[in-house]
Amino acid sequence: MNPALNSAASNPPVATPFFFYGLAAVMIIGGILVITRKNAVHSAMALITTLLAQSALYLMLYAPFVAGVQIILYAGGIMVLFLFVIMLISIERQQKERQFNKQWLIGIVAAAALGGLLIAVYTTTTKGILFPPVGRESFVESQNTQGIASLLFDVHSGMYMFAFEIASLLLLVAIIGAVVMAKKRI
Amino acid sequence: MHDFVQYILSYLGSDKTPGASGNIFWATIYVLLVFVGLSIAVIAMNWLERKILAHMQIRLGPMRVGPHGLLQPIADALKLLLKEDLIPEGADKVVFWVAPFIVVLAAFTVFVVVPFGPTHAITDMNIGILFMLGVSSLSVLGIVTAGWASNSHYPLIGALRSSAQMVSYEVAMGLAVVSAIMMTSLDGNGTLSMIGIVQAQFAQREWFLFKFFPLGVIAFTIFAIAMVAETNRAPFDLPEAESELTAGFHTEYSGFRWSLFFLAEYSAMIAVSSIAVTLWLGGWLRPFPNLLSGPTWDLAFSLVPGLAFLLLGAMCFYNTARMPKHPLFKIQTIGLAAFGAVLALIGLLMFLPPVRDRVGDIFWFSAKVAGFMYLYIWYRGTFPRYRFDQLMKVGWKVLLPTGLALLILTAIWAMRTQVWADVIIPAWTGFVDLLRSVF
Repeated sequence: MNPALNSAASNPPVATPFFFYGLAAVMIIGGILVITRKNAVHSAMALITTLLAQSALYLMLYAPFVAGVQIILYAGGIMVLFLFVIMLISIERQQKERQFNKQWLIGIVAAAALGGLLIAVYTTTTKGILFPPVGRESFVESQNTQGIASLLFDVHSGMYMFAFEIASLLLLVAIIGAVVMAKKRI
Repeated sequence: MHDFVQYILSYLGSDKTPGASGNIFWATIYVLLVFVGLSIAVIAMNWLERKILAHMQIRLGPMRVGPHGLLQPIADALKLLLKEDLIPEGADKVVFWVAPFIVVLAAFTVFVVVPFGPTHAITDMNIGILFMLGVSSLSVLGIVTAGWASNSHYPLIGALRSSAQMVSYEVAMGLAVVSAIMMTSLDGNGTLSMIGIVQAQFAQREWFLFKFFPLGVIAFTIFAIAMVAETNRAPFDLPEAESELTAGFHTEYSGFRWSLFFLAEYSAMIAVSSIAVTLWLGGWLRPFPNLLSGPTWDLAFSLVPGLAFLLLGAMCFYNTARMPKHPLFKIQTIGLAAFGAVLALIGLLMFLPPVRDRVGDIFWFSAKVAGFMYLYIWYRGTFPRYRFDQLMKVGWKVLLPTGLALLILTAIWAMRTQVWADVIIPAWTGFVDLLRSVF
């Protein structure tokens, strides 16, 4: 493997558990607000808060590149489009309507199954080690971005090049499809 | 207590940023310094913009409050703070309250990674430039929500106009930035860190502006155009085209909240100028660090900051002598003389060797950024405003294709030896062999 790949033990903790608990609390409260607010714009803003806290968690996991991309793509890109769409809906009518969701039973079962799975994975892999979660191995922070680049593009160790290109092609097709559907005359 | 003093002293003499050496005390000091410096820069910029614009239009500009209107920004700030703070009926109170803070936070947070010098940055992130672009793109969220929360038609349309402009120009901006980042990787150590980018320019003995002439210049030009549109300034100031439209997303804002938008706009201008300076103009490097190297030249260039402040002080004294001799102007004359004395004192302080060695990089960085600030004012004074469809045409049909072509050309030019050896020559020999086998 790449020599830059380092065992997590040599990485000093990026921040104290205090920050982890704080960020996790922000994420959970934000997530709850997303589904409980009636006003869709408030939900979107709560979602932005959650995504930003998540990118801070990525920073704690020595993944600055992923954190940066999270801010640019999700918080700065996708959520702006969300807000555009939501803003142009008439909020007044939407707030008066009763919110319905007939799938609460299935929802609870799915959530319980996912939660149980997470707890099972956590208890079996960490073997009693508490927060913050310790990764198996990770790049040194200063090598992380370069490591991702060489995994994607390097001639010798770039094993995800094909997947990356296919994903780009998929997105391109989606963009062209959106343009074709949106415009009457091209 | 002793431990604490030791902790504070341990950072001095370190060759890393406080963030990189993990010193919380000095990081806090740096954050405060950057915040104060930025606020002063915004105040100074406010005064300079009105003065320079006035002189370009052969007017005097603010002259009443303080000598040559020097205290005008403070008077303006007081006026804004004392104004009634209106929240319109039917506005979404929480979002209306939060929106200006999102914009201000986005505009100020980016300064965490701005390198004023090799050690004079709050911290050095591995993803520095990515962080700057990402966080500054968050200000679109503040603008959209501000327009929506006002519950009024003009702000909503203004917010859509403004965010459409910012989102479109972000694309061209990103392409120009990528081509500069590609230039850092020529010696095999590509980097996104702001400090690393400047050090790469030092190591390659060239500002990226002149690298691969004319590719660097084109990238810089794309960025310089996109950054004006990104900060909603003339000639792309459609969001608040005050002579043609009702002001954009902040129509319903007044008093303190409005001044937050104002503060954010100016600090965003400084932030994007810092990106441009870092990527293409050598950041904190003094002119000709390689060509005119050696102790003599180092000494000569390290005297420049002090001389600049002495010059400013001398200008103050010159204007003190030219003040009207009427008794009503007595206080103003004394004030201007005192201001000149303070500037001259700062200039003299900068000649002291320990100060001289530490402020040189900050001075050169700020001087380059100040050049961009002057350009902003100059644009506003000279260019007519674009129409919205023209703005979109420039962004999507001119800057974006140019940026894409530039990216490809930079990549090919950076790899030209490999391209020559691995693509052109095999293709040519294959072609020749094919011809030989046919005939």
